[in-house]
Amino acid sequence: MSVLDAFNKKQCMAGGLLLAGLGLLGTLSGCERPPVETVQGGYRGVAMQQIINPRLDAAKAAANVLPAALPPAPADGPLASSVYQNIQVLKDLNVAQFTRVMLAITQWVAPPDQSCNYCHTSNMAADDRYTKIVARRMLQMVRHINSDWKDHVGSTGVTCYTCHRGNAVPQNVWFTNPGESSATGLIAGNAGKNKPAAAVGLTALPYDPFTLFLLGDRNIRVISTDALPDGNRSSIKQTEATYALMMHISKSLGVNCDYCHNTRSFAVWDASTPKRSTAWYGIRLARDLNNDYLLPLTATFPEHRLGVMGDVAKVNCATCHQGVFKPLYGASMAKDYPELQGEMHHAESAPTPTPPAVSPAPAATASLQRASK
Amino acid sequence: MAEYQNIFTRVQIRAPAYAGVALPRGAWGRQGKGGFSHLLGRFGDAQIGPVYLGTTGLLSLICGFIAFEIIGLNMFASVHWNPVQFIRQLPWLALEPPAPSNGLHFPRLQDGGWWLMAGFFMTSSVLLWWLRMYRRARALGMGTHVSWAFLSAIWLMLVLGIIRPVLMGSFGEAVPFGIFPHLDWTAAFSIRYGNLFYNPFHCLSIAFLYGSTLLFAMHGGTILAVSRLGGDRELEQIVDRGTAAERAALFWRWTMGFNATMESIHRWAWWFAVLCPLVGGIGILLTGTVVDNWYLWAVKHHVAPMYPHVFAPVVDPASLGAQK
Repeated sequence: MSVLDAFNKKQCMAGGLLLAGLGLLGTLSGCERPPVETVQGGYRGVAMQQIINPRLDAAKAAANVLPAALPPAPADGPLASSVYQNIQVLKDLNVAQFTRVMLAITQWVAPPDQSCNYCHTSNMAADDRYTKIVARRMLQMVRHINSDWKDHVGSTGVTCYTCHRGNAVPQNVWFTNPGESSATGLIAGNAGKNKPAAAVGLTALPYDPFTLFLLGDRNIRVISTDALPDGNRSSIKQTEATYALMMHISKSLGVNCDYCHNTRSFAVWDASTPKRSTAWYGIRLARDLNNDYLLPLTATFPEHRLGVMGDVAKVNCATCHQGVFKPLYGASMAKDYPELQGEMHHAESAPTPTPPAVSPAPAATASLQRASK
Repeated sequence: MAEYQNIFTRVQIRAPAYAGVALPRGAWGRQGKGGFSHLLGRFGDAQIGPVYLGTTGLLSLICGFIAFEIIGLNMFASVHWNPVQFIRQLPWLALEPPAPSNGLHFPRLQDGGWWLMAGFFMTSSVLLWWLRMYRRARALGMGTHVSWAFLSAIWLMLVLGIIRPVLMGSFGEAVPFGIFPHLDWTAAFSIRYGNLFYNPFHCLSIAFLYGSTLLFAMHGGTILAVSRLGGDRELEQIVDRGTAAERAALFWRWTMGFNATMESIHRWAWWFAVLCPLVGGIGILLTGTVVDNWYLWAVKHHVAPMYPHVFAPVVDPASLGAQK
């Protein structure tokens, strides 16, 4: 007779129920608490629907309230570049507009306890703080996005606040992730995956798709365009990298796959939603900013601002979107800040046209020459 | 009379443990005397043991242990031998196959060699266990149905792990050993080949999988429901139908117009279970070798229905020459 026979049968049952209950609790602890609502997005019956949790959305909405816009600046007055020294980018603004942009940056980016001093010393014209050199390049970047990337940002546009939200460094930036080197010697490597990485939605997919796709321009498309084999040698591992990038987009925008795709065929464009096209430009936008605006600033940043590989902080979809399908729920701050839209023209106060090419910041001369168009 | 309308088995035999039929010449002896467990008796037979290990069983366990250790120790090393992280990250950890660029060469241990070795020992273990099942069935004078059903599952495993990768010319096509990683692999596999749901063999496999569960529920339910009438003596009733078999048959004729017999239901169940991985394996084998995009294949052959557009036509920006 086994020892188990000695057990009272009721004790057995109670123990079993307790175990089952604990198992159920453990399983449910990974779930999102209801309510869950679905919104149909495609033709009926094709199950294209966005899953929305109003409770979580309320928290997101609260985190995406716009700061009050500063009062608009009068359009006349002397150019800032004729009053202040060492104006390299905002040469087209008059003094009022220029001051307004400086005030806005102080609100949006500079830590409150440092204010103007975050970028300036007592000699406001001096380039002796790295933050000033970075800020100058970022202003060029904002104007570049608003004037050259309408395919992605539309007329909504961006401001410093879209990414910074009151932080000196935007909360969602990325550095190249070299992974942890495995123990040593003969131990198998992890192929850049198989870690619980938040960047790819806690999947076991490659944890750094950004270096591949948002810095490099590795081919994202792995699916064949013919029914039968046609020489497409894309591997499952490449597919996993693409999948990881898509997981990042999904998480960054707080949307499901079928926000952009009809998942019966991820590849086919005529079954996709128009948002897929917007996202296509978004991927190129992030790549452009990383290569032409952030990478050249690597030497400008102090060491403590760099990643483990000594690389500069870079942007991905989360940098602007921050969990929302359109940053700040599509509210346009940029319309209140014409100063950030692109070069402004003042016929009355600027008889000679402003030179089109911007002067590069001293710390990044070589790379800027490559970037300026 | 014993009751059958219960979640747990109510009938437990208590008698001297049955040692089994006489073993053939040359076989190992059985280990242990056999005992009884009340708790296990609620789920299955209360008698535990005696156990027969045998040469193939022992070799299978050794090979399985080696594979398990190769996989487990590599995972453990990947978290720097930290036991807490090993438990926390276990679902994410994996032993990866070689990189696609490796092709079919035997790579260095750290570049996928361990994966190949683990696969070799796992395959050896499973095949030895298959041989053991076959030989135990023969030794008992039984048919070998169970071992052939097992072989069907082994077929699917080998197609995924070695046969298809060899046909594709790269070990990198194979599945990693790991909990989430093999699931991510599965999703990526479907994505790469244009949605596996349009693969007709995948469709068949799903039909047999769900069909198996349906048949299991129908058969189990039917037999339990007529056991009070003697329906638990299924095999005798194959040739000598009693009132239980008649009532069960009539029940299904009433409810769906057609019924299995006491014999055929077991053939249905066996074939459904066997065909599930068998056709699934064919579907995997054809993927990437014969068909590269199952969605487009289904469109070409008018399998995939077309739906009206609800959005303005979307055009691939790359085709517009957008080179930003």
